[in-house]
Amino acid sequence: MNISIKKEESSAAVMSQPSRIRKYTSSFLPPLILGAGVIGLWYYISFGLLEEKRRFLLRPIHSVIDVGFLDGDNRTESLKALWSSTEVALIGLSIAISLGFILAILMSQAKFLERAIFPYMVTLQAIPILAIVPLISFWFGTGQRSRVVVCVIIALFPIIVNTLFGLQSAERGMHDLFSLHHANRFTRLRKLMFPAALPAIFAGLRISAGLSVIGAVVGDFFFGKGEAGIGQMLKKHANRLNGEELLACVILSSALGVLVFWIFGVLQDKAVGRWHEANSAS
Amino acid sequence: MEQKLNTDLSTSTSLSFDDIGMIFPDGTEALQNISFDLSRGEFVTIVGPSGCGKSTLLKIASGLLEPTSGTVEVDRERLGYVFQDATLLPWRTVSKNVELLAELHGTSQQERKKLVQESIELVGLEGFENHYPKSLSGGMKMRCSLARSLTLKPPVFLFDEPFGAVDEITREHLNEETQQLFKQEGFAGLFITHSISEAVFMSTKVLVMSARPGRLVAEFDIPFEYPRNPDLRFDAEFAEMCGKVSVELRGSHS
Repeated sequence: MNISIKKEESSAAVMSQPSRIRKYTSSFLPPLILGAGVIGLWYYISFGLLEEKRRFLLRPIHSVIDVGFLDGDNRTESLKALWSSTEVALIGLSIAISLGFILAILMSQAKFLERAIFPYMVTLQAIPILAIVPLISFWFGTGQRSRVVVCVIIALFPIIVNTLFGLQSAERGMHDLFSLHHANRFTRLRKLMFPAALPAIFAGLRISAGLSVIGAVVGDFFFGKGEAGIGQMLKKHANRLNGEELLACVILSSALGVLVFWIFGVLQDKAVGRWHEANSAS
Repeated sequence: MEQKLNTDLSTSTSLSFDDIGMIFPDGTEALQNISFDLSRGEFVTIVGPSGCGKSTLLKIASGLLEPTSGTVEVDRERLGYVFQDATLLPWRTVSKNVELLAELHGTSQQERKKLVQESIELVGLEGFENHYPKSLSGGMKMRCSLARSLTLKPPVFLFDEPFGAVDEITREHLNEETQQLFKQEGFAGLFITHSISEAVFMSTKVLVMSARPGRLVAEFDIPFEYPRNPDLRFDAEFAEMCGKVSVELRGSHS
């Protein structure tokens, strides 16, 4: 057979040097400009609006860095607390992912399971975490375990919803194809539904990764006993009006959130970046 | 050689519809009294207005739908089926997509590799093995979809308006290639379309289906020799044939 096809250039064309520089400039310049503006505003409020005795409300940025990050004792204490919260967030997130996957897969296999489970997931999601903190401390004490539970409760819902949505996203025609060739339930799940779900799964993971950090900090904030995490540090410094240390802890905890969000972005890019149409790179 | 092959096999029926009727649960009557046989070496195209139940007939043939009356006889183990969409799995490369069906049928890896290579060559997708569907044109996606079915070496090949979404020129190319594949592989082809020239160009026989409920209202044997030259489309005889089919099709509309 003699067929000629015009070789189409693949979409990943090689970028020339100047255009690459322009690309980086255009993606980094706007946030840099905005960041500089925010720092300027920060100084204006610290020195322009607040008089000396009320300056603890917003310490200038250089003294936050000075006291919060450069002071050896403070730094050791904060980093230790940060590590404790990171641990809680990672354990909580792992449990939320496993539990979320299992529940979503179950719900994807039978409509009645979906109908049975889903309302309770929505209810769990709707409970203000504050309302069940006393209960959690009754049941699980005030140590790491309780913090992990808070973390799981906060991070679970986006994983379930996105995974389930993803598993159900494979097109009808593809299911027909698998039916025609007598694929069993497991093959269909493994070769069709799960890969089709990956983009949605990662969207859920990125949300939940951020939430797990919030869960870890919030849990720590409420359960005052045991190893101190970022939440307890926040509370302590707030009570003592340590503006610099307080802000340093806020920055650390948000940095942790950004880090996990970024890590899952990179993983997403590795897993689905090559084939997914609307691939939103980190 | 090929001529002989066809006469040998044309005696055995590969696909047989016997008095098929289909009424959907909502009461829509899609098909009525459909009966015909299809043998190896035959390429039958059904033309009919949109929504007349043509695709339903293929779904019944493949077992995706159960008819409300009548029976189908066909070996469903190795049924080629090309859908309206290419239905390629976007996370698989071209060669992985082509490999899918053999994988589902539990073919050994070594055998699969060979089948994939052959099929990709048959549809002219060499060099694109490692491309993902998102970087393929509509015509190439359809070729990939064809190659996927070809790995089964199907004795019966169902085509459900596969080239409806590609541009005119690509469509003509694909028609020529499909016709060559048919000649080369000697399967029994059942093709659905609403393009009359596509039907006449590729087929040994054209059936005209009426508007809902779909019934077969006319049958035309297409006499042109294979392999058919692209220029056949500008032949007076070809135009006359298309004209006849068109008249029947218009008649079935009213």
